[in-house]
Amino acid sequence: MTALAFGILLLATIVAYALNRHAASRLRARGQPLHSLVGHHAGFAALLVLVPVLVLILLWLGLQGPVISRLLMGGLPQGVLDGLDTGAVQLIEAEITSIAGGRIFGTPEDWKLAAAARLVDLRLMSGQMLLLAVSLLALALIALARHKVAPEFRARQSFESIVTGLMVFASIVAVFTTVGIVASLVFEAGRFFAIVPIHEFLFGLNWEPQIPIRADQIAAEGAFGWVPVLVGTLVITVVALVVSVPIGLMSAIYLNEFAAPRARAIIKPVLEILAGVPTVVYGFFAVLTVAPALRSAGAALGMDVSPNTALAAGGVMAIMLIPFISSFADDALSAVPRALRDGALALGATRAETMLNVLFPAALPGIVGGVLLAVSRAIGETMIVVMAAGLMAKLTLNPLDSVTTVTVQIVTLLIGDTSFDNPKTLAAFALGLMLFLVTLVINVFALRIVRKYREAYD
Amino acid sequence: MIEAAPIMTPSRTPMQQVQASLARRRRKQITLQVLGIGAISAAILMLGLLLTTLTLSGRHALTQTHLTVQVFIDPAEIRADRLPRGGFDDVVTAAIAALIPGADLSNREGRREVSAISSNGAQFLLRDLVVANPALIGQTIALRFPVSDPYDQLFKGLIDRATPEANRRLNDAQIARFDALVAAGAVSTPLNWGLLFNADSRFPELAGLRGALMGSFWALLTCFVIAFPLGIGAAIWLEEFAPRNRISDLIEVNINNLAAVPSVVFGLLALAVFIGWFGLPRSAPFVGGLTLALMTLPTIIIATRAALKAVPPSIREAALGLGASRQQVVFGHVLPLAMPGILTGTIIGLAQALGETAPLLLIGMNAFLTSAATSPFDASTALPTQIFLWADSPERGFVSRTSAAILVLLTFLIVMNALAIALRKRFERKW
Repeated sequence: MTALAFGILLLATIVAYALNRHAASRLRARGQPLHSLVGHHAGFAALLVLVPVLVLILLWLGLQGPVISRLLMGGLPQGVLDGLDTGAVQLIEAEITSIAGGRIFGTPEDWKLAAAARLVDLRLMSGQMLLLAVSLLALALIALARHKVAPEFRARQSFESIVTGLMVFASIVAVFTTVGIVASLVFEAGRFFAIVPIHEFLFGLNWEPQIPIRADQIAAEGAFGWVPVLVGTLVITVVALVVSVPIGLMSAIYLNEFAAPRARAIIKPVLEILAGVPTVVYGFFAVLTVAPALRSAGAALGMDVSPNTALAAGGVMAIMLIPFISSFADDALSAVPRALRDGALALGATRAETMLNVLFPAALPGIVGGVLLAVSRAIGETMIVVMAAGLMAKLTLNPLDSVTTVTVQIVTLLIGDTSFDNPKTLAAFALGLMLFLVTLVINVFALRIVRKYREAYD
Repeated sequence: MIEAAPIMTPSRTPMQQVQASLARRRRKQITLQVLGIGAISAAILMLGLLLTTLTLSGRHALTQTHLTVQVFIDPAEIRADRLPRGGFDDVVTAAIAALIPGADLSNREGRREVSAISSNGAQFLLRDLVVANPALIGQTIALRFPVSDPYDQLFKGLIDRATPEANRRLNDAQIARFDALVAAGAVSTPLNWGLLFNADSRFPELAGLRGALMGSFWALLTCFVIAFPLGIGAAIWLEEFAPRNRISDLIEVNINNLAAVPSVVFGLLALAVFIGWFGLPRSAPFVGGLTLALMTLPTIIIATRAALKAVPPSIREAALGLGASRQQVVFGHVLPLAMPGILTGTIIGLAQALGETAPLLLIGMNAFLTSAATSPFDASTALPTQIFLWADSPERGFVSRTSAAILVLLTFLIVMNALAIALRKRFERKW
């Protein structure tokens, strides 16, 4: 049905285009002076049909699921849903859906079979109504567009205003995305804070989110203080930066000042490869190679290294951050005006002295901005820590120990089937909100530094 | 005002002072250079180590140990009127036992020992053959099928025969039986095409990436269809048409910040909005593609704006001078000239999207599925989430398969980036 609706859309667009093109060319052939080009008449007709019909189809597809589900559940016999919680109701709905899809397990009750049959009917009806609505709207719009063709019709202006509207819409999607992120995080986190007081979350020193979902389950009592999670995140971030900042900066200094242009042309892209490797690959590398190596090194030195040591996760994250830092630092060093460099060299400074005493201080704000962006990356990095860091929240600063991070907790809380009405799931959104806010502040700050600094020298 | 020249000790003229410090300053310069080279070498060493470990571990999964046996499709076990049911397992086991001297099929224990050599998939392979062609019943055919994971490891030399029997995954009798098969010439290691063309499985010797590849394909297609037009539209409006005011400034700052939002946050957005509020199906590549599109959008917008900015104003002025409208200028002249740059940026954005894992995990694209998605709305995994799933699997055979899957993913990324570079090289214009 959906494919057919899109087929009708395509066909109607082509028909509208061809009709108006034909009509406009006929007018011109008769010697009437047209205001707009034939192509604009045709393009106007095509867009006039395409945009509203496409919106109709997308809205219909978006809304039919919830509407059908409400009709279906509302039409169930009296009493069968009494006393069931949301999870059980969802389960019944899923069962009916799977019966309607032809997958029957065991012998379902008769009312479920009846509901499944009704679901099939509803879906069929919805599809037919969609086709009808699409066809009618398309025909009406084709007629409207055809009706508009006239020598004095300003087809170009109409066409261009539709195009402008589309472009504005495209630009606003990015804003909608941000609004969507903030709205969903704030909404779900708000529901979490209604269950767990916000001061307990912000200042609590215990994080044990594995609470019972069913009444008969045996699990921890549950504690939602994010401090140990935050500390774990910071420990891993510090490890990552301690390794990556010196290596990144040294590489940038060498590439910018000392490397021959040909060496630079080879080394820079090779370093960039490190930034292009997917993080899940780094995570596997940490588990497969780095963590065992650190563990045996620790054993050789007589130290007890946890299998999920923060050192492994942070060290591997550092590899990912090296090209990030080095390219920001390289850009910042290149942005320092040539006159400063030439002046220092002319006064007899060596190239190392020029670099360390003139260029580096001058580029420092830009470099700091880059490092801040790296910090935000490290805090938000997920896959490496999900695979290589621990799950238990321990309040420790020892990098040899196993710590957990905000992103690890988000992923472990949400992996698998989740319902949106228990604090365990909602806690992930509260953590997500904190993560978003922290990285946002760092990003805004860092981007401002980088930009301001660039403008100062341009 | 003239001051008296400082009194100089005859032993240290300024020249001498400079000379004396010169060695120290040179040393400093050399130290800095050495540190720089050291840093770069360390980074490149890491890259080398990463690729070497993955290749070394992944190469074992590029071949798969197979067994070729003459199977007598016994009409007593497999009856045409009972298909697709039948004792396919027993038939295969009997065929293997025929090659092992002293194999004892009379008791359960013995049967299980022999049967464990073949992969669990062997019987289904035979079943599908027979169901497709029931005339095979009563004949003897040559059947090639994968061996199970421990024997695969043994044949590839990953199980050390020298370790004490108690610490080995296979005991001496099992190794002896397998050696008999090797001696009979029944064992071969062809290229492991199953890695690409099989769907996922709990058994490493059968597991393949078809489901993941299809899932990634559908997700990337959705991502491209949504992000490409939206990204170009937004970039054109912001670069060519938008009035310079607070609103367009806000949109610009917003896009730059969106590019730096952690990917897991996009997963939360998708989970709450697409799945929770809109009721879209969980685990569907379409939802994954939608999420990836939102993440790719800033990349495409930024790349497109840079490409549009690189087109010299003279092109615009010439077209305007000939009477084109502003949109005709952009769509007829500027956009075609900027297209190579836009495509390069898009391909790089898609390559990033292909490797993105965390948001896909949150929307449930880490399900265990033994069939590949045939539409973007079927449940599916994607290449990176499959890697994550396999990396978590306890079977030894999955270690090399995870590495091999990573090599497949990296190959795709290299091809995409090479394409982007080639595009840039081929069409790049210096104005």
